[in-house]
Amino acid sequence: MWQAIRRWFDPQELRSVGTTPDYRFSLANERTFLAWLRTGLALVAGGLAAAQFLPPLPLAHLREVIAIALLLLGGAVAVRAIDHWARTERAIRLGEELPASRFPAVLALAVGIGALLLVAAVLVRAIGGDG
Amino acid sequence: MADGPSRVSRPDPGLQPERTRLAWRRTALAMTVVMVLTVRLALPLGRAGVALGAVAVLGWSAALLVCWWRVTVARRAAYSRALPLAALATAGYATLGVVVLIRGVW
Repeated sequence: MWQAIRRWFDPQELRSVGTTPDYRFSLANERTFLAWLRTGLALVAGGLAAAQFLPPLPLAHLREVIAIALLLLGGAVAVRAIDHWARTERAIRLGEELPASRFPAVLALAVGIGALLLVAAVLVRAIGGDG
Repeated sequence: MADGPSRVSRPDPGLQPERTRLAWRRTALAMTVVMVLTVRLALPLGRAGVALGAVAVLGWSAALLVCWWRVTVARRAAYSRALPLAALATAGYATLGVVVLIRGVW
């Protein structure tokens, strides 16, 4: 694991494998990384917003639990983004297949399930009659 | 060769460097939103809140410097430490947010 972290911070190490590709591929990889980073930042912002703009929920600390889940998801997206960037760049330099990943599917499912739970919560409140 | 357009001055198809520069700028803007939300959440917590807010502002300054550095000083480098540093800043904001929340509730 420490070796992977060292690899993210060491451009020299990355340059030592394979051949230098067309710079446009590297820039496209960098932009994909930045798009993932913004996805992570949006999740972090969502967590921070949930913590300060949601009214207190009927379940004790449910608001804080939602906020912390979003924050941790955002942090995980950021760490995974830099790892995927490094592995993709390596594959491009070596002319290998790009690394496959289940992460986008897992993230999409998590966000989808979270949204469904919120829809259910809103409906229960509306039908319950106190909202 | 002499009358044709020079290879060096030919505009890049797809304007890749400019698109990358704008992507860094959007990322810096997203970081600004996160910094503002962190400070707003932390400030009501008294002295500890002010300290945590100061950490958020200092981290934001450093992150913006990294974004600016990547697209100006280091714009010709194929690979840059700006990428892991930007990821680190995002993970740092996630951690800081969790600390502020835990501090606020318990």
